[in-house]
Amino acid sequence: MHTTLSRGLSAATLALCLAGAASAAQPAAAPSLLPAVLTVHVKDFKYNPTPATIHVGDRVTFINDDDEAHTVTADDKSFDSEGLDTGNTWQHVFTKPGTYAYFCELHPYMKATIVVLPATPKEDNWK
Amino acid sequence: MKRRDFIEHVSWTGAGIAWTLSSTGLFTAEADAAMQGGVSFVQISDSHIGFARPENPDVAGTLKKTVDAINALPQRPAFVVHTGDVTHLSKADQFDAARSILSTLKAPLIVLPGEHDVIGSADNFLAAFARKDAPKGWFSFDQGGVHFVSLVNVFNFEIDGKLGPEQVDWVEKDLAAQKASTPIVVFGHVPLYALYPQWGWTTEDGSKVLSFLSRFDAVTVLNGHIHQVVQHTEGNIRFATAASTAYPQPAPGTADKPGPLKVPDDQLLHVLGYRTVELHREAAAAFADHDLV
Repeated sequence: MHTTLSRGLSAATLALCLAGAASAAQPAAAPSLLPAVLTVHVKDFKYNPTPATIHVGDRVTFINDDDEAHTVTADDKSFDSEGLDTGNTWQHVFTKPGTYAYFCELHPYMKATIVVLPATPKEDNWK
Repeated sequence: MKRRDFIEHVSWTGAGIAWTLSSTGLFTAEADAAMQGGVSFVQISDSHIGFARPENPDVAGTLKKTVDAINALPQRPAFVVHTGDVTHLSKADQFDAARSILSTLKAPLIVLPGEHDVIGSADNFLAAFARKDAPKGWFSFDQGGVHFVSLVNVFNFEIDGKLGPEQVDWVEKDLAAQKASTPIVVFGHVPLYALYPQWGWTTEDGSKVLSFLSRFDAVTVLNGHIHQVVQHTEGNIRFATAASTAYPQPAPGTADKPGPLKVPDDQLLHVLGYRTVELHREAAAAFADHDLV
């Protein structure tokens, strides 16, 4: 139990560093994308896939494949891509478990959800 | 006092395109004594500086062309109002580029924000176009016997097309001080009525403001957002959206979704443009939508 907790913390700390690096790399058209466990495509005024399930510490890539500009904006404002033009990408690392509803600030009827589960403990960490 | 029920007005643009406009009269036969001289102004909209897709690879160029056409008008307008989406992505360099083009206008400029100008926050918009007389963004003024009300319906975080209770209360008080015979002109980015809600082309609490406007003899509501001219009349209120200076969008319901519409290259300047509006005492108010050809 204790081990799991400290793993969670270090994952969160690592994630924060990565999130900082990602936002420093803004704006857009990120020349080198970091590996991500999930890619969400924005196309035809929809986010796909949604809902999606990931784990704490996972990085997600959002790609605007649409003709129109969009944003990826959390309902609780915990993350916000700001404006993504056609072809722009944005990455975010989710550091806390929970269900995150997000939408497009330019077209607020575009809604989607990401479910973040607690970090998966690895067997070898227990030994 | 009775409003003229129907006035036909034909206005000719510099490009030689005629628009026959049927409308309810904007002026009473017994115009108010304060109504002196009238006023003419220009509306432009949706310049999307920063946009660089094939629908228009040179939005700065088409905005410059618009400004040049306005500067060449035979009668200098009292002011030019930009009804929002000056930039594509609210970036500081996009506002700088827009300002440098718009600063060449030979008339005072009023700029309202669109949702593309306040992505993330309104800071960059306010740095470029804030007005001292509009601490919250909305304001009113009187010119040539006309009362102008400039609204902001893009400041709500979750809903595009919302004024919010504070602004609605302000409008109610502002209009309460006006005489019913005073012509009212309202500016806003997103259409104030339900033009096409399926694409978000509506203002959620717009009907509250329209109810305050119902007692006036003649009201004109000018919006942008949809990148095309759509005219509509409800009782005493005449609505008109404006063409974009950047790129067109599909007509409501003619495509799966809104967004930039690609037209043949030689047609682009036909679907972009600006609007001249003239309000004269005891004469028909006139709109003319001019293309950039």
